[in-house]
Amino acid sequence: MRFTIEQRPEPSVTMRLAAPVIATALTLFVGSILFLALGHDPLRAFHAFFIQPISTMNGLSELLLKASPLILIACGLAIGFRANVWNIGAEGQLIMGAIAASGIGLFWPNPDSVLLLPLMFLAGMLAGMAWAGIPAFLRARMNTNEILVTLMLTYVAALVLSWLVHGPWRDPMGFNFPQTALLPPAAMFEPFDYAYRLTPAIFITVVAVIAMWLFTDRSFMGYKLTVGGAAPRAARYAGFRESSAIWVGLLAGGGAAGIAGMAEAAGPLGQLSSTISPGYGFAAIIVAFIGRLNAFGIVLGGLLLSLLILGGETVQITLGMPSAITRILQGILLFFLLAADFFIFYRLRRLKEAV
Amino acid sequence: MSLFIAIVAGTIIAATPLVFAALGELVVEKSGVLNLGIEGMMLIGAVFAFWAVFAGLPMPVAILIGALSGAAASLIFGVLALTFMTNQYAAGLALAIFGGGVSAFIGRGFGSTPIPSLARLDIPFLSDIPVLGPMFFRFDPLVYLGLFMVVAVGWFLYRTKAGLILRTIGESPQSAHAIGQPVIRIRYMAVLFGGAMAGIGGAYLSVAYTPLWVENMTAGKGWIALALVVFSTWRPTRLLVGAWLFGGMTILQLQGQAFGLRVPSELLSAVPYLATIVVLVIISRNRQLLMLNFPASLAKPFRPSG
Amino acid sequence: MTPRLELKNINKRYPGVVANDDISLSIMPGEIHAILGENGAGKSTLMKIIYGAIEADSGEIYCDGNLVERHNPAISRQLGIEMVYQHFALFESVSVVENIALAMRGRFDLKALSEQVRALSQRYGMPVDPKRIVHDLSVGERQRVEIVRCLLQDPKLLILDEPTSVLTPQAVEKLFETLRQLAAEGCSILYISHKLEEIQQLCERATVLRNGAVTGVADARTTSSLELARMMVGSELPKTSHPPATPSSEPVLEVRGLTAEVAEGFGVSLRDVSLSVRAGEIVGIAGVSGNGQAELISYLSGETIAEKADTVRLLGQPAGHLDPARRRQRGLAFVPEERLGRGAVPTLSLQENAILTGHRRGMVRHGLLDRKKAAEFADHVIRRFSVKARNAQSVAQSLSGGNLQKFIVGREIELEPKVLLVSQPTWGVDVGAAAFIRQTLIDISRQGTAVLVVSEELDELFEICDRLVVMCAGLVSRPLETAETNREEVGLLMTGLDKTTQSRKEVDLALHD
Repeated sequence: MRFTIEQRPEPSVTMRLAAPVIATALTLFVGSILFLALGHDPLRAFHAFFIQPISTMNGLSELLLKASPLILIACGLAIGFRANVWNIGAEGQLIMGAIAASGIGLFWPNPDSVLLLPLMFLAGMLAGMAWAGIPAFLRARMNTNEILVTLMLTYVAALVLSWLVHGPWRDPMGFNFPQTALLPPAAMFEPFDYAYRLTPAIFITVVAVIAMWLFTDRSFMGYKLTVGGAAPRAARYAGFRESSAIWVGLLAGGGAAGIAGMAEAAGPLGQLSSTISPGYGFAAIIVAFIGRLNAFGIVLGGLLLSLLILGGETVQITLGMPSAITRILQGILLFFLLAADFFIFYRLRRLKEAV
Repeated sequence: MSLFIAIVAGTIIAATPLVFAALGELVVEKSGVLNLGIEGMMLIGAVFAFWAVFAGLPMPVAILIGALSGAAASLIFGVLALTFMTNQYAAGLALAIFGGGVSAFIGRGFGSTPIPSLARLDIPFLSDIPVLGPMFFRFDPLVYLGLFMVVAVGWFLYRTKAGLILRTIGESPQSAHAIGQPVIRIRYMAVLFGGAMAGIGGAYLSVAYTPLWVENMTAGKGWIALALVVFSTWRPTRLLVGAWLFGGMTILQLQGQAFGLRVPSELLSAVPYLATIVVLVIISRNRQLLMLNFPASLAKPFRPSG
Repeated sequence: MTPRLELKNINKRYPGVVANDDISLSIMPGEIHAILGENGAGKSTLMKIIYGAIEADSGEIYCDGNLVERHNPAISRQLGIEMVYQHFALFESVSVVENIALAMRGRFDLKALSEQVRALSQRYGMPVDPKRIVHDLSVGERQRVEIVRCLLQDPKLLILDEPTSVLTPQAVEKLFETLRQLAAEGCSILYISHKLEEIQQLCERATVLRNGAVTGVADARTTSSLELARMMVGSELPKTSHPPATPSSEPVLEVRGLTAEVAEGFGVSLRDVSLSVRAGEIVGIAGVSGNGQAELISYLSGETIAEKADTVRLLGQPAGHLDPARRRQRGLAFVPEERLGRGAVPTLSLQENAILTGHRRGMVRHGLLDRKKAAEFADHVIRRFSVKARNAQSVAQSLSGGNLQKFIVGREIELEPKVLLVSQPTWGVDVGAAAFIRQTLIDISRQGTAVLVVSEELDELFEICDRLVVMCAGLVSRPLETAETNREEVGLLMTGLDKTTQSRKEVDLALHD
């Protein structure tokens, strides 16, 4: 019996929904092999990885706390990805947002001002946008590949951060830790409940998801970006400007990442430190793809990746497994998802007797 | 004088991992495939080669293991990009993330254990020439292999039929398929070659350049290699020049720190990344130069259609 | 005598279409055999099956009496079957001789091969320079390279897929001579075309296809055109009605001395191009493609911005500096020759593709899309132009080329433009739909739209245009009244406009070859 792969006449709706489920299931399967190989009972490891972290109120709070920046950034990035604008440097934009926001929080003359948080929000967003604006300008005007520029700028941002927290901004009372002093209370989001770390900053993400949905699904600008990404020559034919797609695509991602950076500094961390982001900027890329560049898909993707991060931390603590396992599972999940997507457009068909 | 010698020799050494990784990617891109996962493949090559030396295997075997592990990693990308025709950007990024995770996972036990490093191979007679000897003829074998590969890849691409086929597949896989070329198979081979070269580049970092395993020790070299391919406008010799340029940048930055230049070390460390951007901008402005050797089908999924 | 090639009951289906339905045919050694059929009849699929580029679902192929068990292009070449594609399988970035070397077995020796190429091309009167990069060659020259490449293999069967669509009438004559010479030497030729006269002129027998099935085998020389056409179409060829034009006095689209230099190898430079189209008339641009038509059209559509605003004028106003969106605002519509990827976004639905250029017609309000309006518009186009699609939600790339073409032409016409640019209006469209498109173009011009048509098909231009200009090497001829010119005059202009030395050279080439 022979099989051939053929294009479906229409993309399969069933596969479109099933692909992420299949990919997740396959990732779990590979994950259990991995656990076995490490000498752990897969069931127990699974429980520790996926159930334990969210079986308490605090766990749920942590899940949302980590999902929030992932979803926020992914929403911004997805707008660019739809237009074939590949902002890979959200990590750097997040760092710059955190730096700018913390700068305001630390050095604003009146540390009790109610304007402090809004100003930090604005500073974080603008800094993220500015950092993303560099590759936007270079691609729109100089035809420079934005993947490489955004990445290089991420390394630069990390070095700037490192310099600040080791040097001029280091907390003199901080026992030489690479971090700044704590932000004043007015510069921080107040948690819903002091027992947990979740803050109202999550509403920013909710607004972003709705805005993203409106923009991509309903707006003419979103339509133009989609056309530019799917068929650049059709966009030129219709008179949709490429440069505006580049600017919008990059600034959306940069702004979102900058805000996420601000929310990290003003939220769970309360200061600027050299580990301001546990790789949210990179993980958000995966979230955007898992969510298929679609607002509600991104919400699910963000929760899933947040769980992966949380689970990784839990198995590290309870079972002593290496933390790198989280990144491996992230990669595998993305591999399977990309492969599963193939079957949205193609199918296997049994071959009849050929020539 | 000795400083100058050190700078030149140091440049050539610092450029070597870039030469391997970028040269591999050049061949991959010439076949019309864009693999963004170099960083991940380098890390995997680095950690496996380190492990091999750590486990007491002979050096050549360790480097071979680095190459094979890089190739194995690239195979994941190949299956996704070539068989499943996924978005090559996404597949490459996934590989970069995955490679970082796998290498960190495997390397977690290595701590900062030092290992014996790759021994130098002084070229007889030539290495005794004053000035030129220490500058050009006292390297480890991989440096020479890197230079040899530049010549070999150039010869392969422009002087052999197989190279011609590879280039034409990069231009139009449809046409190549129409005249009966096994497009997918050749692209697989290119991707595997790219993976092996990235693996060697990574291995060079962990067993020769700094015989140590440090998590994420490539520090963006995989991405700089990608930029180098663009900079070279897909020509092997120009790629070598570019790699030396970046190697030089790294060395000058180190020397600057050694000389106690009154600039924070972090800012000096940013120089190679900023230089990459500047160089990219300069090259990219000249669209015609880019178009001349640009593989027209780059990153476009292809399926041989019946 | 054993047939050179024999096909028995070949079947090939694609999802939703039967491309080849139980096809059988045979070709004798030294025979020139035509495969006749309109666009979409399954000719190209059949040729690719013979060549092994695609696999049939069922059926048998015999070559010189032997069953071909496994098939692919490499086996074809071993059997002596060579194919010249309609859209050439040449690589632009490498030289002529490198292109040819790809198809050769044995040692990789470019120098020796160059000599062979020179000798062979001389013998068949098809001069090509082996060292040139294909990128810089004209379409006609590329075809020569393709043919020379095939001839170097010493073929027993040569397949040509619509070879004349890229040639001037004079060059077609030259090609036929070469083909007759080849047949006389014993090579069988399979000649695919939808042009009746050519087949009657060149071929001995013709196998006619319709909807993927054989409708008859005829003696090409004795069967009348009417008979052949009936076999091909199933009815008589539809005719368009062409009432006299009453053009406006002032032109609504005007090009004045447009000159645009491009670097060698990056397209054709336009040289002092002037032309005008008035409301109520159809002007055609004739010429072998690759002579600057694509460049000119992109200056007219706004996809390329002119250096001087005044070189392109729309409705009496300078427009050369405007982008496509602004030109469309002023009443321009445009059907590009590439349907997928330029005229339509492959992965979007017809409804969404309606928004691409139709967004000004109430489909966008306050920056938000009105999908209902877009669906209504798309449905209307689908009905009026009888586009075969499940509904407005069908994805553009799921449509056949001809149906997508109908949708795009329909979309642009429904925008009620003041000026309509159309490139290759009926490429890949079946005869009935082609006639409908042509008639619609005539109708809207009579209602006051200025229509500019670029087409490779001279017959089409003669059928619908009121005036014609000819493009060659970036130059545009003076306008000709269609009623007062003929194919020969236009053909001669296509080979060279005598303004510059370069075009002079090409005339010489055409005359002396």
